[in-house]
Amino acid sequence: MSDQIPGSGQPQEDLEVSQVPPAARAPEPSVATTVLRQIVTGNALISLLAVLLALIVGAILIVAVDPVVQQTAGYFFSRPSDMLQAMWNAASGAYSSLFQGAIYNFGAADFASGIRPLTLTLTFATPLIVAGLGVALSFRVGLFNIGGQAQILTGAVCAGYVGFAFDLPPVIHLIAAIVAGVVGGALVGALVGVLKARTGAHEVIVTIMLNYIVLYLLRFLLRTPGALQAPGGNNPKTPPMKSTAIYPLLLGPNYTLHLGFIVSILATIVVWYLLNRSNLGFQFRAVGENPNAARVAGINVKNIYVWALAISAGLVGLAGVAQVLGTVTSGFGESIDAGVGFDAITVALLGRSRPWGVFAAGLLFGALKAGGFAMQANNSVPIDIILVVQSLIVLFIAAPPLVRAIFRLPQPPGSRKLRTPRPSSKKVVVTR
Amino acid sequence: MKLELRGITKRFGALIANDHIDLVVEPGEIHCLLGENGAGKSTLMNVLYGLYQADDGEILIDDVEQHFAGPGDAMKAGIGMVHQHFMLIPVFTVAENVMLGHEETKFGGRLDLAGARAKVREISERFGFSVDPDALVEDLPVGVQQRVEIIKALSRDAKVLVFDEPTAVLTPQETDELIVIMKQLRDAGTSIVFITHKLREVREVADRITIIRLGKVVGEAEPTATNAELASLMVGRAVDLTVDKGPEKPGAEALVVSNLSVIDARNQLVVNAVSFEVRAGEILAIAGVQGNGQTELTEALLGLQHRVTGEITLDGKSIRNRSVREVLDAGVGFIPEDRQEDGLVAEFTIAENLMLDRSTGAPFIRGGALQRGFIAEFAEKKIGEFDIRAQGIDTLVGKLSGGNQQKVVLARELSRDLRLFVAAQPTRGLDVGSIEFVHTRIVQTRDSGIPVIVVSTELDEVVALADRIAVMYRGGIVGIVPGDTPRETLGLMMAGEVPAGETSQGGAAA
Repeated sequence: MSDQIPGSGQPQEDLEVSQVPPAARAPEPSVATTVLRQIVTGNALISLLAVLLALIVGAILIVAVDPVVQQTAGYFFSRPSDMLQAMWNAASGAYSSLFQGAIYNFGAADFASGIRPLTLTLTFATPLIVAGLGVALSFRVGLFNIGGQAQILTGAVCAGYVGFAFDLPPVIHLIAAIVAGVVGGALVGALVGVLKARTGAHEVIVTIMLNYIVLYLLRFLLRTPGALQAPGGNNPKTPPMKSTAIYPLLLGPNYTLHLGFIVSILATIVVWYLLNRSNLGFQFRAVGENPNAARVAGINVKNIYVWALAISAGLVGLAGVAQVLGTVTSGFGESIDAGVGFDAITVALLGRSRPWGVFAAGLLFGALKAGGFAMQANNSVPIDIILVVQSLIVLFIAAPPLVRAIFRLPQPPGSRKLRTPRPSSKKVVVTR
Repeated sequence: MKLELRGITKRFGALIANDHIDLVVEPGEIHCLLGENGAGKSTLMNVLYGLYQADDGEILIDDVEQHFAGPGDAMKAGIGMVHQHFMLIPVFTVAENVMLGHEETKFGGRLDLAGARAKVREISERFGFSVDPDALVEDLPVGVQQRVEIIKALSRDAKVLVFDEPTAVLTPQETDELIVIMKQLRDAGTSIVFITHKLREVREVADRITIIRLGKVVGEAEPTATNAELASLMVGRAVDLTVDKGPEKPGAEALVVSNLSVIDARNQLVVNAVSFEVRAGEILAIAGVQGNGQTELTEALLGLQHRVTGEITLDGKSIRNRSVREVLDAGVGFIPEDRQEDGLVAEFTIAENLMLDRSTGAPFIRGGALQRGFIAEFAEKKIGEFDIRAQGIDTLVGKLSGGNQQKVVLARELSRDLRLFVAAQPTRGLDVGSIEFVHTRIVQTRDSGIPVIVVSTELDEVVALADRIAVMYRGGIVGIVPGDTPRETLGLMMAGEVPAGETSQGGAAA
């Protein structure tokens, strides 16, 4: 046996990987984790500039698709001012609609109706904030939770089922529905965590696949009479929620804003406390920053993965609760997630995975969503432009050097230069 | 082809990895580069191969100065390298690997695999390699994979072949075969640079020997030199590291390790039936060249290795196969050998790092919440006590110097109620002032009646600290000797030779 003992040197990873039982290996930071860490630790200025850049590119697109601009471009060389005027009108008109659709409508008769867009923004922001918090929490532990869709759907189903199938006293019914939604989401996350801890399955693959599994399972249940489908209906849709289970409207029947928004504020506070003040959060962050050091310090990294994914998914499940008990209370179908599961990733990135950053990013995305509809209605700008802007924000956030180059910002201190690969050893160590 | 390096200097920050190194390799000779790990051998060869740019000095081939921007240039100039970790693609065949990087194509962009196969056959016949060009690399034994690397270099008409610690991954039989191959290559006119720290191989194969220590050439030797001569050159003279250390007052046996074996993730037996005991109030130093099982041994003590047989008892209670948490709670303090990877969270503050392994209960945690007042107070106290130079307790540990980082680890581990203290490479990469500080603290720990294990590849450190020295070689303990054993003897033991008249304890594997 002693023949096999290496005389010296680091074990050669790439050749031997196949022999290694996954559970026996220490968690190692992958390239993805390194990238993730860079994104998460980027500074707030970059996020702001990314939004600004995305809006500028968005303006260019709005101008390019505007029919008046295209028309005036035909005689650009005889009267260039027409085209410039049209370009200005297109961009400023669209963004003015965006603002008025998202914050305050200056054309409204009174303050009460003028402020309605803002409440709409907050309503749209509610699921984005809680789901964003969930994804951000997983990022802080060094995990990619891409399964927002599955977790929202599970949360919506569990909360919805309690909401329409049970008869409970008013406040207790609502609490029971919320708890059911959160626990449902958390169980999906815990499943991912257990698979990762026990078998080494990568959470990205597992969460993505669970998106399909839950979606098609839900589709099946929605078409099965006696399961989730409303009795007597032919549509794949559930019965409406009982009035005892829905989030009360905060500002009366004229506004859509519901209690879910207050819940999202509370969730932000709780996540902030969890990450920054609790010992569980301390262990979360330690594992996220350096799983090796965490392991040597006696932290059970695998358990942390399970807990982190469960809490992360529970928060995302809370977004599903907000959808079925707040936004759409008349019964839901398979599209109840409204793409929040994926937008939450963007929100978490934009918020740099900090709880209040995520809160702000959720508000911004809620505003873009609310304003996007107004922009489409008033200026016939396709709402897809908003999606492009959102995607551009992520793109710019994912490439901080690009943003720095455009605004000529200095490199952050402590950033390392790219090094040549070192073929022979893990580190060039010269003692003393 | 004559290869000459003149005044090569390479710095990494403040670290001088190569300090004006001169080296001449004559055509058709095997030139051994001998030195301890971290002496700067690999850095020098990476400069030669174009992977690093030298800060100073020049490379000459047949008296013509060369400038290598990358490995491609070096290859063109006739330099081939056989890396310690093979640069092969496991799922490709031998022929595909050999042609990789300079693929020749036929009409329509089709790969000329037949040509590559013929080349592999031709070279392997010339040297009697018996390598099948169509075998998948992943199916081949390590020794044969190495031959593929050699074929790859030769297929590009390499006139100088650099072997970077080629025997590290080989069995003794494969090593013997490699030595035959190297002699054949030399007789065919190829110059060979052979990097190693194994004395026996050097004497068997070398025509000339250059010894490097701490980035400098410290001498040349003939292959007729004795092991003792080579060892003393390689290990060097004692640097005057004075540690104020009184005689030990050993108490009862605290840590007893018996028949401990560790199988690592690659299914290799890395610690082989090791037995030793450490008494309260003594320092047992574990010496040996890096990679002889010391790392895995300390990991096994801490519960970081999973496949451990034998027994470890601390104060009569078994701590084998316990979780890291349980081992820490049993009173084991640990300084990991790679403090940045295993000891600290760089993005955490000093205060957070000082409580890193105490995040489960009082006094740092009460009711699941961090006790921020206590944490700050504790950190302020430790910064003063351990002389950690930083702006404040909220400074990120990643921004500290190596010495101050190590003081953070030391402060954290020594502030617990210890029953055993394990320090792995405690002064690696530190400046002299920090080394002294760390050494003083280790001796103080011993004097307070705590058993201490110091793992070090630095003989100076071992000699300065140890009350007793266990030397490891190939996973076993060659012998346990008193702390005042002459370093020549230790050097020989590190090469796996059991000196006559020394008591050998534990399972020697060699």
